Amino acid sequence: MKCAEFLNELTNYLDGALDDRTKSELEDHLAWCHNCYVVCDTTRKTIEIYRNSELYELPDDLRGRLQTAIMGKCSAHKEKKSGPQKA
Amino acid sequence: MSAIQPNIQPPVSEEMELVRRAKRGDDSAFEELVRRYDRNVFRIAQHITQNREDAEDVVQDAFLKAYGNLAQFQEQSKFYTWLVRIAVNEALMRLRRRRPERMVSLDEEVKTEDDSLPREVADWSPNPEQMYNQAELRDILTRTIQGLPPGFRTVFVLRDVEGLSTEETAQALELSIPAVKSRLLRARLQLRDRLSRYFQKRASGDGDK
Ligand SMILES: [Zn+2]
Repeated sequence: MKCAEFLNELTNYLDGALDDRTKSELEDHLAWCHNCYVVCDTTRKTIEIYRNSELYELPDDLRGRLQTAIMGKCSAHKEKKSGPQKA
Repeated sequence: MSAIQPNIQPPVSEEMELVRRAKRGDDSAFEELVRRYDRNVFRIAQHITQNREDAEDVVQDAFLKAYGNLAQFQEQSKFYTWLVRIAVNEALMRLRRRRPERMVSLDEEVKTEDDSLPREVADWSPNPEQMYNQAELRDILTRTIQGLPPGFRTVFVLRDVEGLSTEETAQALELSIPAVKSRLLRARLQLRDRLSRYFQKRASGDGDK
C-alpha cells in the first residue's frame, strides 16, 4: 500500500468503516510509515479537539430569549393561518 | 473513548411521538423539540456563518420554518436531520448575503485535487490543547476553521462536531455519500495541516510556553 492509498482510506479508517482486510493492510502501512502514522494520529487529535472545544455554546440567557422569540413567532404564525379570531 | 460518537441519540419512537403531537397542533410538543435541538442548530449555524447575529437569526428562522412546514415532514427520516437541512440552507443563505462577492455553495471548491495531501508532517506535542490557555485555544480553533471553504467546514461540523452519520450528513446536505466522504477527508486534513503550525512539538529547551 502506498501513502496516497492510505490517505484515501483515512476517513473510513478513523470512522471504523473498513472491512478487516483493508483495516489490517492500513495498519501494516502504519507500522512502518512514520509520516502516515503521524498524519493519522494528529488527524484523530484534530477531530477530538474540535469535538471537545465547545466553541459555540449557546449561553443560557440568549437561549431563553431565542426560545421565547421562536414560540412567539410560532403562535403568531398559527393565528395568521387560522384567521383573526375575535373573542 | 472514541473520537466519533453521535452527540445526540434519543429513542426515535419517542421523538416521533413528539413530532406527531406537534403536527396535530400541540405547541408544547414543538417547544420540547426546540429545547432538544436549539443548541445544536446554534452551533451549526455559527460554524457556517461565522457570525453571531446571523446564527441567532438562523436558529429562529429554522425553527419557524420547521414549524410552518411540519406537515411536509416525511417520517422516514429523523426530525433532527430534517431540521439540520433547513438550518444549513438558512445559514448558507445568510453567508451568501454577507459575502455576495464569493459564490457560496456546497458544490464549489471541489476542484482542488492534491492540496490537502500533507507535505511536511510534523508530530504534535503530546497534549496540544495544554500548550495554550483557553482563550488562545478558542482563537486558534476559530481562525483555523474559518479558513476552510464553507462546503468543507459544513461537512466537518455535521459529521465530526455534531456527530451525524455519513448517511445523515448526505441527507441533510443533499450530497452523495462519496461527496460527503471526500469533503470530510479534505476538511480533516486541511484542519490538521493548519493546526500543526500551533501544535507542533517544539525542540526541547526552546520554549517559554
Ligand atoms: Zn505512508
